[in-house]
Amino acid sequence: MANLEQSRPQRREGDPELPPDLPGPAAAASQISDADLDSVLDEIDEVLESNAEEFVRSFVQKGGQ
Amino acid sequence: MTVRRVMGIETEYGISAPGDPSANPMFLSGHVVTAYARAHGLLPGKGGWDYSTEAPLRDARGWELGRAYADPSQLTDIDDPTLANVVLTNGARFYVDHAHPEYSGPEVTSPLDAVLWDRAGDEVMRRAATLLNPDPVRPTVALYKNNTDGKGASYGTHENYLMRRETAFGDIVRHLTPFFVARQIICGAGRVGIGQDSRTSGFQISQRADFFEAEVGLETTVKRPIINTRDEPHATPDRYRRLHVIIGDANQCDVATYLKMGTTSLVLGLIEAGVAPRGLELQDPVGSLKVISRDPTLQALVPLRDGRQMRGLDLLWAYHDAAAHWLEDRGEMDPETDAVMTRWASVLTRLTADPMTLAGEIDWVAKLRVLQALRQRDGLAWTEPRLAALDIQWTDLRPEKSIFASIRSKGHVEQLATADQVLAAVTTPPEDTRAWFRGECLRRFAGSVVSASWDSIVFDVPGQQSLQRIPLNEPLKGTKAQVGWLLERSRDVGELLRDLVGVSD
Repeated sequence: MANLEQSRPQRREGDPELPPDLPGPAAAASQISDADLDSVLDEIDEVLESNAEEFVRSFVQKGGQ
Repeated sequence: MTVRRVMGIETEYGISAPGDPSANPMFLSGHVVTAYARAHGLLPGKGGWDYSTEAPLRDARGWELGRAYADPSQLTDIDDPTLANVVLTNGARFYVDHAHPEYSGPEVTSPLDAVLWDRAGDEVMRRAATLLNPDPVRPTVALYKNNTDGKGASYGTHENYLMRRETAFGDIVRHLTPFFVARQIICGAGRVGIGQDSRTSGFQISQRADFFEAEVGLETTVKRPIINTRDEPHATPDRYRRLHVIIGDANQCDVATYLKMGTTSLVLGLIEAGVAPRGLELQDPVGSLKVISRDPTLQALVPLRDGRQMRGLDLLWAYHDAAAHWLEDRGEMDPETDAVMTRWASVLTRLTADPMTLAGEIDWVAKLRVLQALRQRDGLAWTEPRLAALDIQWTDLRPEKSIFASIRSKGHVEQLATADQVLAAVTTPPEDTRAWFRGECLRRFAGSVVSASWDSIVFDVPGQQSLQRIPLNEPLKGTKAQVGWLLERSRDVGELLRDLVGVSD
């Protein structure tokens, strides 16, 4: 049990030191970096329906399960 | 205890006819399914669903194809497209449920495979819609992997888990309810709008939280319960229970789907072993579901029956720790279980430190990060329609319209399945469940398969007067290892059935 307690990740509030062996370290690499955010938003500007209000209003679904 | 278990995901996709709001969604859904079925030689009567106990709702309002270029003649061989209901060569069921096209993925045995065949479902839907959209500039149909229109309607993404029949249902209800109330902080898909009809502006973690109004019940479309009591095992009933889970969002992040399936399977394992954490019963599960959904800081406390208060994170840590202790005590840890446990702890740890660091793994965080950036750049209030539009378009299955697909294609989302694996899973069944036999029979002998279901296949064997029904009551029988050689050597369905009888003798 002692081993388990030691290996369990810390979870104190706001602890910036994460265990080094966490998977998904990807985390830093695989999410949008602050530098990329502007270009992502620019692309969203191009893709978003130009009449957003009408688009949202007309998206009406029937209920399902 | 292991994360491995027979499981599956089924999703009802949102559907609309761009520019034609009067289009009948039942017929539109039917056309999606029949277009795909026809293109793949899976017409009703040839690989249709063995489906006699239910009939979809019909709608008397007439369907008219609103666009000249979606050739109606290609669909006239189907009398009523809303009855479209087929089995795919990957073992999935593809059909119309209520007013939505639904993909029910094949039975798999691991959370990673659940991710793979769930993404295959997105690809099936995308291809089906493409068949009806020869001109992408003027599409006739658009599909969305979401769960609400924000105007009061919700449609489901369900999970199914095979459990041992002897586990008391009361134990499942008692120990699973707090977990289901809390797990949205990992597998919520994010939503712009609060309240079933979005009458309050703002963002919440879950697509579905506002649509759950009861703790336990049989309903799935009204007064939806956190724990659904449907008892339809699609397997030997005295051995198995199929837990039908209706409280979940449609995920697009692989990691979220993976943890949704993996951690739920482990919690069910704790309940089956009688070692689920005690004392977590909530005073007000339905209310707590909404409280947690509406707090992206994850600091909101919900009251327990014993008087304590906990955050969603605390509840999930309690389940995680119980699983860790049990696995440690038993000395059982297969690699797949280990991987789920490690990722579970990692995600909880980082959610505790700063939820926004999970934008590459968790749907609601990914969506919120982009929404917040847009709000900040343009000074937008949550009432701004562009934010609600982004929420809808986040889930559009058309790559050129989908905001999520755009972000994923640029490497901003961690993927657990490769594009090649997803493409293979569109046509290939999982090898380690009865889905393999079902899918392979469709691939090899579609012309002789009259119908199929989760637990049966009905063949029309040349030269025989009566139809032959093969029961598939054991979800782990019919695997490639068990009957692959048989299918390989059977030149026709008659040989296959003769050999199958020999095997079962």
